[in-house]
Amino acid sequence: MKRREFIQQTTAATALVGLGGFGLQSFSSAPKKITILHTNDVHSHIDPFGPEDGRNPNQGGIARRATLIEGIRAENPNTLLLDAGDIFQGTPYFNYYGGELEFKLMSMLKYDAATIGNHDFDNGLEGLYAQLPHAKFDFVSANYDFSNTIMDTHAKPYKTFVKNGIKIGVFGLGIELAGLVDKNMYKETVYLNPVEIAQDMSRVLKEYEKCDLIICLSHLGYNYRNNEDKPSDLSLAKLTKDIDLFIGGHTHTFLPQPTIVKNSVDQNVLVNQVGCYGINLGKIDFYFGNNKNTSAEGVSILV
Amino acid sequence: MKFKNIFLVLGLLLSFSCKTPSDVYKIEGKNVNVNDSIQAKPSIESFIKPYRENINKDLDSILAYAVDTYSKSDGHLNTAIGNLMADVVYDEADPVFFKRTGAHIDFVLLNHGGIRSIISKGPITKRTAFEMMPFENSIVVSKLPGAQVKELLDYLAKAKRAHPISQLKIVLDKDANVVESSIKKLPIDFNKTYYIATNDYLINGGDGMDFFKASEEVIVLDYKIRNALIDYFMKTDTLNPVMDDRFIQLKD
Repeated sequence: MKRREFIQQTTAATALVGLGGFGLQSFSSAPKKITILHTNDVHSHIDPFGPEDGRNPNQGGIARRATLIEGIRAENPNTLLLDAGDIFQGTPYFNYYGGELEFKLMSMLKYDAATIGNHDFDNGLEGLYAQLPHAKFDFVSANYDFSNTIMDTHAKPYKTFVKNGIKIGVFGLGIELAGLVDKNMYKETVYLNPVEIAQDMSRVLKEYEKCDLIICLSHLGYNYRNNEDKPSDLSLAKLTKDIDLFIGGHTHTFLPQPTIVKNSVDQNVLVNQVGCYGINLGKIDFYFGNNKNTSAEGVSILV
Repeated sequence: MKFKNIFLVLGLLLSFSCKTPSDVYKIEGKNVNVNDSIQAKPSIESFIKPYRENINKDLDSILAYAVDTYSKSDGHLNTAIGNLMADVVYDEADPVFFKRTGAHIDFVLLNHGGIRSIISKGPITKRTAFEMMPFENSIVVSKLPGAQVKELLDYLAKAKRAHPISQLKIVLDKDANVVESSIKKLPIDFNKTYYIATNDYLINGGDGMDFFKASEEVIVLDYKIRNALIDYFMKTDTLNPVMDDRFIQLKD
């Protein structure tokens, strides 16, 4: 069904490559910068930790995060703000308001998309669905099939954004729910193999959507050292191609800086995760170019 | 913050591809700490304020008084705070269970690690319940064969921790063998099945309580442990839990 469309697009792409070859001099426009900001596992931590806190004194706080993000956006309006799930659960804000305040505040901070973590099912599918009107951002999840649930059509597999002419594709992945979440909470949600879905999504976003930048927003977890078969961001990064960035969650991993991984075709992928509770904000800047900058030594990654 | 410069060669790919504006030539990544050096945005802060005040008002309204401070480390095999928690689960969950099934809970087993804070002398509020039980764990009832009740006793004897119990009595000798056990003051019949109230963490094998895997039936009460505590605090004037003889070890 999609075959003709696909061929047409392939032809168009080839033509573009041809043109590019002729008009090299015309690529002298200024480089473009896309900033990706991200959080994960904020777990209803709206207020900062107090000065007395044993572990994270004076850390976090959404009102501070708002200031930080505002400053970054003022510097570069071509910014996306993403969350990798487990927005819910962890402070009485969730117990009292069921996630309403979390979604309202994220909307005020202008989040662009989020994926769904296991704790986002803590009030059941109905509990998540009931809070959706408060979220002015979209949920992306490619490997949860919600067809037979109340969440049907309320989480898209992926979403694309165009910022300053750069097309960005963001797809979501969630962790296996059986054994982690009470079946009564996720009901008929079907978990699909994230490896196959990620391979499929990257192809769709690259070939069909023609994205310049592809991001996987994942709640799979950073890495499972004692269970290498369990899908994780590191294992998926190695098994896939055409994905530029994995933004992860679930394992509450505080990475000092993003990890660089070689994908299935030996290209570099960034994998990042910022712990939990809004203590850190991930910031990845992609510079698009201007042939003068694309020198023979390739892409420079500074982390 | 330290920046490491890593140059990576994508030789072939780059030399063949067109240098369209869609080529990434540089990536910078870092994780920025959010702390008190950043000013809170006033509009966000004022939006949160009424929610916070409403929660605090409710959390801090006084429900009961504790005559002393109780900690889960005050005691060897049973503690006042653990006994309180297990007794509360029995008292609050049994009527719910009975209404639903027509049967009664035989005894309660929780985990020592599930008590997340002390009870401080003085006013008891909903916040106390949130501190003791910050997780959403809820009460479930296992229909457990006697053989596994035996395993449960052996587990407790071996663990030698003050895992909270209610309606169950265990006496260990100095070598930690079970020398006496009873449920609701009656001897245990290991050929019978028993209804044991616990939490959803333990029923799934948490803390190595594998005997629960043999449950013939698991009845979910949709009742959070925290809510059982709050319900109990609301109808209790004074908290005065004690360490008793429900789980002890003989000296000789």
